Amino acid sequence: MRSSDVAVMAAGSTATAVDVVGATKIFTVAKGAQVIALDTIDLSVAPGEFVSLIGPSGCGKSTLLRLIADLDQPTTGSVTVFGKSARQARVDQDYGIAFQQAGLLPWRTVAGNIELPLELHGTGKTARKARAAELLELVGLTDFADRYPEQLSGGMQQRVAIARSLAESPKLLLMDEPFGALDEMTRERMQNELVRICAETGAAVVFVTHSIPEAVFLSDRVVVMSPRPGRIVDVIPVALGAAEDRDDDLREAVGFFAAVSAVREALHGTPAGGAAGASAARGVETR
Amino acid sequence: MRTSTSRTRAILAPVIFGLAVLVIWQVAVVVLGIKPYVLPSPINIGGQFTKAFDTVWAGTRVTGFNALIGLILGAVTGIIAAIISALARVFDEIGLPVITAASVVPIVALAPVLYTMFGAGAETARQLIAALAVFIPVYVNSLRGLRQVKPVHRDLMRAYAVSSWQVTRTVTLPGAVPFIFTGLRIASSLAVISALIAEYFGGPIDGLAKSITSAASYSNYTLAYAFVLGAILLGLVFYMVTLALEKLATRHRPSLS
Ligand SMILES: Nc1ncnc2c1ncn2[C@@H]1O[C@H](COP(=O)(O)OP(=O)(O)OP(=O)(O)O)[C@@H](O)[C@H]1O
Ligand SMILES: [Mg+2]
Repeated sequence: MRSSDVAVMAAGSTATAVDVVGATKIFTVAKGAQVIALDTIDLSVAPGEFVSLIGPSGCGKSTLLRLIADLDQPTTGSVTVFGKSARQARVDQDYGIAFQQAGLLPWRTVAGNIELPLELHGTGKTARKARAAELLELVGLTDFADRYPEQLSGGMQQRVAIARSLAESPKLLLMDEPFGALDEMTRERMQNELVRICAETGAAVVFVTHSIPEAVFLSDRVVVMSPRPGRIVDVIPVALGAAEDRDDDLREAVGFFAAVSAVREALHGTPAGGAAGASAARGVETR
Repeated sequence: MRTSTSRTRAILAPVIFGLAVLVIWQVAVVVLGIKPYVLPSPINIGGQFTKAFDTVWAGTRVTGFNALIGLILGAVTGIIAAIISALARVFDEIGLPVITAASVVPIVALAPVLYTMFGAGAETARQLIAALAVFIPVYVNSLRGLRQVKPVHRDLMRAYAVSSWQVTRTVTLPGAVPFIFTGLRIASSLAVISALIAEYFGGPIDGLAKSITSAASYSNYTLAYAFVLGAILLGLVFYMVTLALEKLATRHRPSLS
């Protein structure tokens, strides 16, 4: 692990993990109407850094993630991943991705689904099997290796998708509400696991979520977004300590609650031109 | 529990219906005194079927083999053509209208031409006609299936930055399997029907359809019906086998309806 940490540090000195500069995304919908999904977004993620994107539905979180993943191209602005174009980073397989939907292949077993990226990129059979077993253990699905996705609950399917995104130990993880379908207990367990994985692999993470406590628990920084047009309204440094110290006790620590209310304030606070909504939301804050 | 009772019901209902039809048929023939050349009774047909089983079986083998060759040939070319169409947009734009046009052409009409092409002593013309009839539903359904890739799977494969052939092999083609089998199920009956009808236009005299005509021309109507029964059973076997293969191939998927 230590050697990979060093490698990440070395890479970090030359390039950030993600660098989004002035990115705008405009979708043209039916009858030529335009939706400004993202409006001049600037975001930079350091190697090994954990950044959460939080904001109301439709504010462009998934769109921003897709730009970083080169699944969509920005209308204006640029996206750089590890010092290269987003496209080159995708071709070089610099990131692992987990979508809002699990997106498993129904005709493959659980193990077969986790092995998919390894198989496509030419990893040998024994190495694939060993890696899949490791990941199954990690997501607590060892007993389900030979089942088919339709035999799993939604939350279990999502855990398989997370295992799949980790298969090639990427230096960058892009995750779109990966824990949204999980129950609270599994969710907290997966959060703990994710913190541990990131500490071990030194991976940078861009993590989309709707949950303030989740964002605070996991992140080094929480990016708060607002809709129509999608903008970054605030970036809140959380830095609750080294990954090793983040355990369940942290969820009850004072710093944790302070960060949670800071994010909540940013979410409900006065965005540019949204005064009416803000005053209504202020009341909620005091809870 | 519920599914097993509904399945029993799904099998039982047509069986009971079929038996009822046979009983009414038998009773009608006996009570109304219908002559065998108009309509033989089921019991007579059954008797003739067992008595002449070897002849019926010989005819069934010839026609069945033609249909099988046609089915395999038409299915393989249909699936390959659909893959090429799905991969190359140019083919696609020419492909579908041409195929749609071809699907309204009654293919058996080609029989006389094909017999002259391959010689009247060979079965080739019949197999080709079956293959042509099979090609169309297999191609159309496969292509439809190949277009049904889920957006999340498309994103995933794009994220993996793999070649379009790898996408076809790992996602598009397996995803299209239920659609391909829908095509095959339609095609399996068409293969038998086309192979049978093609016999009426010439060629060797050893198939089922030829046997039906010759039995009828010798006024042996019960025997003709025994051959018809053979043809029905052949069609059923083709359908059931494709259906069983379909169930086997799609057992791990949420039902497509
Ligand atoms: N392919 C597309 N075509 C047209 N409009 C789109 C497209 N994708 C997203 N949008 C629009 O862009 C905006 C942002 O969408 P996005 O999916 O990024 O939101 P989100 O923050 O991820 O929301 P949620 O929390 O509900 O997932 C929305 O208004 C959406 O309607
Ligand atoms: Mg989203």
